[in-house]
Amino acid sequence: MRLLTHNMLSSNIKGVTNGFPLLIEVEKVVEKQVDFNEDFLRNMFPKIEWKALVEASRTMGYTELPENAESSMLDSDEFLRKFHHALIELHLEEGALVCPETGRKFPVNKGIPNMLLHEDEV
Amino acid sequence: MLSRTAQIRLVSSHPEVYDPCDDSFALVDALLADRANLLEHRPSICMEVGCGSGYVITSLALMLGKGNSGCYFIATDINPHAVGVTHKTMEAHGCHADLVTTDIASGLEKRLAGSVDVMVVNPPYVPTPEYEVGQFGIASAWAGGENGRSVIDKILPVADNLLSDKGWLYLVTLTANNPSEICLQMMKKGYASRIVLQRSTEEESLHIIKLWRNLDTQLEVC
Repeated sequence: MRLLTHNMLSSNIKGVTNGFPLLIEVEKVVEKQVDFNEDFLRNMFPKIEWKALVEASRTMGYTELPENAESSMLDSDEFLRKFHHALIELHLEEGALVCPETGRKFPVNKGIPNMLLHEDEV
Repeated sequence: MLSRTAQIRLVSSHPEVYDPCDDSFALVDALLADRANLLEHRPSICMEVGCGSGYVITSLALMLGKGNSGCYFIATDINPHAVGVTHKTMEAHGCHADLVTTDIASGLEKRLAGSVDVMVVNPPYVPTPEYEVGQFGIASAWAGGENGRSVIDKILPVADNLLSDKGWLYLVTLTANNPSEICLQMMKKGYASRIVLQRSTEEESLHIIKLWRNLDTQLEVC
């Protein structure tokens, strides 16, 4: 699971109002090299919750992202590469996503998060 | 020559997962026929709901250029086995999609709202008794309840929420699902539509619908 996907996931448990971002419990992180695409990064940037991305990447062991970001920084190659690395190249292979409100854990196995709810959570 | 669609010999399988069949091939044929438009469309986010074996999302990734890191592919399925099989199928073809085991797009809806440029859905469309709908395991691949519309009718509002302004939805339906009524319903929400492919097999008559927001003429609902 890439951090781009983590940035798009929120807790789907009934009644939860503060379900984003999900906290990350890391068991295994894998880095997979992917070709850099500037257009894609520029398209994605406005959709990304930056603080959540920074926090998540730090949990995964990557500390290079700046605390804050604005679109003018996309003109910097260095920034783009860090953004690319955090968003696309870091994978949570094994671990869990945790609902920030209820503490409920959504398992991540082989890079796939399981967001299926139990009957009483729907 | 690089294959533009997934190859059956590389598609993974599992007893609880729906193997690619006429409906899967029809959807991929429809996408292939629209390939030039899809490439020109330059989607940033492509999503499949109900990825099954991974045949369709893999084919979509291949036909948009698997080296094309300009697009984010995401796929979901309610059946964890299906998601696992899709993962293997994608890997076998050298493709990548982010996969989530979930009911339609549950968990993704808030953050992905208005962001999906291409959505492809081959839903459980077979008319069945209502109690067969939403069972885990392979039946979730076909059980569609009354007129085969139970899951389709759940998916349409989700698609409406997730699709971007330029978003396109490709949906597989049967005659029994009343595709023209689906198009009419969506028209009231401001969508234009076209049946992009029709195919009759011995058992069923398939209609692949393409839907997109008609931004020029939004109908007012009285």
